[in-house]
Amino acid sequence: MSDDVLDRWEPVIGLEVHVQLATASKAFSSSAIAFGAPPNSLTDPVVLGLPGALPVFNRRALEHAVRLGLAVGATIRRRSRFARKHYFYPDSPKGYQISQYDEPLCEGGAIELVCGGQRRAVRLTRIHLEEDAGKNTHTAGTTSLVDLNRCGVPLVEVVSEPDVRSAEEAAEYMRALHALVRYLGISEADMEKGQMRCDANVSLRPRGATAYGTRAELKNINSFRFVQKAIEHEILRQARILDGGGTVVQETRLWDGAAGTSQSLRGKEEALDYRYFPDPDLPVLVVDDATIDGLRAGLPELPMARLDRLVALGLALDDARTLMVDRDLGDYFDAALQARGDAALQARGDAALAARGDAAAARSLANWLVGDLLGALNRDGRAVADSPVTPAGLAALVRLVDDDVISGKIAKDVLARAYASGEAPDAIVEREGLRQITDAGAIEALARQIVEANPKQAAQYRGGKDNLLGFFVGQLMKASGGKANPQLASELLRKLLAG
Amino acid sequence: MDALSREDVEQIALLARLALDDDEVERMRVDLAAVLVHMDALAEVDTTGVEPMTHAVPMDLRLRDDVAAPSLPVEVALRGAPEVVDDCFSVPHIIDKSGTAAS
Repeated sequence: MSDDVLDRWEPVIGLEVHVQLATASKAFSSSAIAFGAPPNSLTDPVVLGLPGALPVFNRRALEHAVRLGLAVGATIRRRSRFARKHYFYPDSPKGYQISQYDEPLCEGGAIELVCGGQRRAVRLTRIHLEEDAGKNTHTAGTTSLVDLNRCGVPLVEVVSEPDVRSAEEAAEYMRALHALVRYLGISEADMEKGQMRCDANVSLRPRGATAYGTRAELKNINSFRFVQKAIEHEILRQARILDGGGTVVQETRLWDGAAGTSQSLRGKEEALDYRYFPDPDLPVLVVDDATIDGLRAGLPELPMARLDRLVALGLALDDARTLMVDRDLGDYFDAALQARGDAALQARGDAALAARGDAAAARSLANWLVGDLLGALNRDGRAVADSPVTPAGLAALVRLVDDDVISGKIAKDVLARAYASGEAPDAIVEREGLRQITDAGAIEALARQIVEANPKQAAQYRGGKDNLLGFFVGQLMKASGGKANPQLASELLRKLLAG
Repeated sequence: MDALSREDVEQIALLARLALDDDEVERMRVDLAAVLVHMDALAEVDTTGVEPMTHAVPMDLRLRDDVAAPSLPVEVALRGAPEVVDDCFSVPHIIDKSGTAAS
């Protein structure tokens, strides 16, 4: 995005995120939930909205929503209410969606995130419970096909205050919320499966202004990448209108990820009137203190607590963020660090290790994990949980590097091979005798051979071409199969050439 | 109490997906206005400090354990469909092309 647009205009963004709650049965009936089941195989009279069918709310869905509320520091309403939101749409056979309106389960709180190397908090307006609608597939002809399997799946809608100020920050908000629900175990939140979906309200105002501009609502944003792209696109679209002296129309726009553009959802001239009213089938939803206290006590370590812990360990904020946003990656790191610590304990008395301290060990481990291993996993589209290199294996390898038993270059090679074969990295090092040569005598013998074999270069070096030292070190490393300790080799060569 | 306009009735009819002809609109305008006037009598009661009652039965929401039960057979679920294509309800095209409708 060209910076001059952002010099003139400040984006103001609020996000509405729907998250499917991980339950075995639907929000208001016992019909099962499964992604990819045959069409209309997961229904019952409640889902189909048949006359006389009555909703009974799912306890686990409530507990999941309360967990989320507690995790974001929201106020949990002891008495909240379900309301009917009316609209006619074939994916919602009742003619209304059960939602919450003026007395939602959670109010306030914030999502904490890291963006641009800084911690930020985006305030939340509310989190409320509702049910998902079915799925429409649009045929090439004049019909739509409706599958009601998704109809009635419990959702929370997480509504933020207009606190987000950039497309990048919106994407980080989504990552932070995604991490949070995954840590809490309340949703798989797979955006590709529609388990987490984002609508964004975007407006611009002149830098320095306090009043909000007219906003457009973007719908159908279904990946982290699209969150950023769709909002960047919308910022530019509005800036172009405003720079040309026009006015932004308040409207709903549909993001088309494939085309990388959005289109106005016309045909909404009839002002939407959902005619909310309290659902007469559902009395007041009461959550007592004991339930809340029990759920609070059961909360796991939350993403931001992990971030703080990793930063306190000595990791850079961005590395800590990478390990925080993906729970599996963070768990992998913790397991590797644990293995690393156990090994360090066994090696207690190792002065070199003790001097480097835990921070260096943690940083080193993080570098190898986030750099080489994650790079390979991402390249192959593999999940961290399916890594062929175990946390203990990575820890052992990194320890060999930290202790100068093998060089970083050899370690990269060993890691690549361990990744390909599934063999333990330290086993590869032992079997192939890859331990670094740190015996000064052995390196000196090699150094003499190299100097004798290259008299011309030796003479040039002595004549003042200092940078030829690299050539000699390179030759020596090659002759040793990469196993010579480079510092030691460099030192001995310099001495020898000077002599 | 203002009388109900024809536009009010047409808007309510639209929201309820009711197709009314001109005579019906007029009849509804008169009837609905009478209902509203009747309900207006309630406004005379002083409800200061009274919590709105939304349910006639004084009970809290009962919850259900999260246990899945067998669903309806597909052919039973589709029995009320106007038309069935590929085990889906086939309906006239809808404007929204997103496939996601919860809002």
